[in-house]
Amino acid sequence: MPSPTTQIVNVRVLLFASFAERLGLEAVRVSLPALATVADALDHVRSLPGGERIPPRPLCAVNLTHAALDTPLSEGDEVALLPPLAGG
Amino acid sequence: MAFLSGAPLDLERLIAGVEAPDRGAVASFLGRVRDHHAGRRVLRLEYSAYTPMAEAECARIVSEAESRWPVRVALEHRIGALDIGDAAVAIAAAGAHRDEAFDACRFVIEEVKRRVPIWKKESYADGSVKWVGAGGALVGDEPVGSAGS
Repeated sequence: MPSPTTQIVNVRVLLFASFAERLGLEAVRVSLPALATVADALDHVRSLPGGERIPPRPLCAVNLTHAALDTPLSEGDEVALLPPLAGG
Repeated sequence: MAFLSGAPLDLERLIAGVEAPDRGAVASFLGRVRDHHAGRRVLRLEYSAYTPMAEAECARIVSEAESRWPVRVALEHRIGALDIGDAAVAIAAAGAHRDEAFDACRFVIEEVKRRVPIWKKESYADGSVKWVGAGGALVGDEPVGSAGS
């Protein structure tokens, strides 16, 4: 079995509304080690300039479905960081 | 069917889409833009969405309502710039009797507010603008939509 450190998972992280304004970005490509989770993608985004203004445990989604922070990520996943919802 | 609309909502059209001779009860909900928020006067607002997920989540909510109660449900949510009084969300639920129609309609609006990735930016009379989050907003360690709760 190959060492997990030799494998990389590439995902796209989408930002919306107030989060997008805080970072001045609507999407970020992130490369993470194998076995990475939503929390790892979030940590990366929060390390970017302005990222400290994203809360530590925002609502998240993976591939158009709400997802917990410990959800494992696969190559090509679309991760979304969702500010507090305000529909309805 | 598209659940998000850039054009004015038409509740009568939604009702027409779910009524049938054996459905004697139609419950509907129309949410309109309010002129105040947290004591401030609102002039207008803008809704934006994570469109593909919002469409998917609305479809899941309607499907859940239709499997939980013997009803047909129609749902639309407005996106873009709205003025005070404009309809922001419209729901129609039709069933044989009022209990299932009311219950399904209430379920759909509550789940829309809880789960659908839509945001609103309010413009106030004092010239300021603000992204508004729902009170009691969800946090990341309470995922929704996957637990079937």
